[in-house]
Amino acid sequence: MRFFEDIGVGDRAEIGRHTFTAEEIKAFAARFDPQPFHLDEAAAAHSLFGRLCASGWHTACLWMRLAVEHRGREDAMRRASGEAVAALGVSPGFRDLRWPNPVYAGDTVTYATEVLELRPSASRPEWGIMTARNTGTNQRGEPVLSFISSAFVERRQQQRARS
Amino acid sequence: MPQRHWEDFSPGSVFEFGPRLVTRDEIVEFASAYDPQPMHLDEAAARASMLGSLAASGWHSCCLLMRMLSDSFISQSHFMGAPGVEEVRWLAPLRPGETVRARATVLETRPSRSRPQLGFVRFLFELLDSSGARVMTLTVSPMFARRRAPYATRGGALC
Repeated sequence: MRFFEDIGVGDRAEIGRHTFTAEEIKAFAARFDPQPFHLDEAAAAHSLFGRLCASGWHTACLWMRLAVEHRGREDAMRRASGEAVAALGVSPGFRDLRWPNPVYAGDTVTYATEVLELRPSASRPEWGIMTARNTGTNQRGEPVLSFISSAFVERRQQQRARS
Repeated sequence: MPQRHWEDFSPGSVFEFGPRLVTRDEIVEFASAYDPQPMHLDEAAARASMLGSLAASGWHSCCLLMRMLSDSFISQSHFMGAPGVEEVRWLAPLRPGETVRARATVLETRPSRSRPQLGFVRFLFELLDSSGARVMTLTVSPMFARRRAPYATRGGALC
């Protein structure tokens, strides 16, 4: 993770892509979202969706996993070049989550994140709060996921001392 | 049991779900698959983090709530899904061994303008720990089928 001071509004990164197989769609749904159109091809064929599709929570969880893996790769590169790596704190939550199109079995979703806002934390001087718009787009260019997240990001020591 | 339609929800109604035990194993398993940050996987790393000790991914809380609703609520209503979620707030860490409950409060109801056979119900869901403290709140407006479609419906498929 970059330090709070090194991040800019508008910074955008493609964090990775994931192909949703029928097997993993069903396994996730059986665990957390057991609705027929996420569990069974025949039931899905008779539903609004017409075909087996992933739980929206599954689509969102893959954003999280790819975001963590993306950050891990970036941190490894920074460490290899002798740079310090900032800590990422917890997230207070998210808003405006949308699932504008279904993710069908076999679809590949490309995930991205873009920084919307940066502000120092009023109550925790060692942290800043980063707000970002996160998206998922399928192989046809159609949006399948968007939400606005916030997370605490570590500030540089000298910046904290000044504030 | 009769299945709930959109007309059966009114502002101020409260529904409760659970209890549900959340184990350390499932916290670590979920995090390994979907949120592999050390603070959700490893006790020592969690102690050094803002969480202070091991706690579940916030996404895990969302998924647990979804499952609790599926088991006791969605299966008893003409639930037609939700196009999104208005807001989620993660207010307190969800620790291993905690037993959670959920509470749903109806905030408002409105008919769908474009689909007369459906209506929206705006809910505040609260995930509560065993002391009654709020771990998470989630605001969402799912769709439910209406019992009686109004006159001049367009008919046909729901979507």
